[in-house]
Amino acid sequence: MSRIHDMGGRFGTGAVDPEDNATFAKDWHQRALALNLACGALGQWNIDMSRHARECLSAADYAGFSYYEKWLGGLTDSLVAKGVLTVAELEAGQGATVSELADRKLKADAVAATLAAGSPYTREAAPAEFALGDRVRVRRPARNALVEGGHTRLPAYAAGALGEIVLMHGAHVFPDSNAHGLGEAAEPLYAVRFTARELWGGEADPEDEMVLDLWQSYLEAA
Amino acid sequence: MPHDHDHPHAHLPSDPALRVKALETILTDKGLVDPAALDEIIDTYQNKIGPKNGAAVVAKMWADPAFREEMLNDPMPRLQEMGLYGRQGEHMVFVENTPETHNLVVCTLCSCYPWPLLGIPPGWYKSDAYRARSVREPRKVLAEFGVTLADGQKVRVWDSTAEVRYLVVPMRPAGTEGLSEQDLAGLVTRDSMIGAGLALEPKT
Repeated sequence: MSRIHDMGGRFGTGAVDPEDNATFAKDWHQRALALNLACGALGQWNIDMSRHARECLSAADYAGFSYYEKWLGGLTDSLVAKGVLTVAELEAGQGATVSELADRKLKADAVAATLAAGSPYTREAAPAEFALGDRVRVRRPARNALVEGGHTRLPAYAAGALGEIVLMHGAHVFPDSNAHGLGEAAEPLYAVRFTARELWGGEADPEDEMVLDLWQSYLEAA
Repeated sequence: MPHDHDHPHAHLPSDPALRVKALETILTDKGLVDPAALDEIIDTYQNKIGPKNGAAVVAKMWADPAFREEMLNDPMPRLQEMGLYGRQGEHMVFVENTPETHNLVVCTLCSCYPWPLLGIPPGWYKSDAYRARSVREPRKVLAEFGVTLADGQKVRVWDSTAEVRYLVVPMRPAGTEGLSEQDLAGLVTRDSMIGAGLALEPKT
């Protein structure tokens, strides 16, 4: 049901390497990050669309690309999908014309203010259906209910699990809609706690727990 | 061919360093990117915004009970006042470690991380292994970081699936009663604020 980015619980990844410690292991990593942020300022997509673009890399690319190659792949595909660049320009290695978006270019003296401005994701929306302490069950299967194969922030490992509301976050922009240009469709967002055994079975530690931020339409009363 | 040719990115050079350079050149030609702005973004996250921001907040929480309450209950107004607000830090939640509970933060779906307080995440945070295993076997992952939990301490893993960003407040080490906020901040490591480490012991 899900795509390759949905990694929670997967086997076969090996050990974590705490020595893989650098923020930018190579010079081009920081350039790739900066290009992503500068292109975001052109206003042609939102954060959910950019995540979905990375998730839509082929499984072979997603698995084979290093982290910032994924960002670069998603960015390039988005720029072409939105008509900002053409495949001919990518092949030529140079821009054919000045873009009509050029007046939106992020300038050096605007960088600090742009990064410090942030963009809150809370919105006014209908009141929450659930309250602190409520028992809820996660919808199953874990998939975008609006768009087949679409973006969702519901990890597959939580599908069908029984949990408890532990934090009320207010209403947040709904990625499953916003990633596809279907509007922000804000919904109440909750932190939901699950026991490790509910998610992973009887071998898991009896005391450990996992908390996920889940939108209201991912949940039903239990 | 290594690439899926349905995707436009396959038309760029295969060497990633050249790929970045090619894309920057094209975007600059088109008037869409200012290379000086890229330098400025890099300088911001390399030199200005990083874990020392989060460490200062944690140290102040240890030292100042009223500030701690504020951070636990409604942190955003004060963080904004302190200039610790911005992209990827719009909705902060602080989770405290206690003798009963050790908190660990992951993003299994991508690499969500509280940029204004910790900067850009390290390689391991973005690795398949950390994303896959932190939720399923957090104790083994903690062991790989050399973290030993106290007897009876449970692990609570926070999977950052929305735009809420979690920061772990490590336990204040014993023997730090007389230390200044600045000295306390020196004990708060990046990893301890993700939950993959503990605060450092003071030098005696």
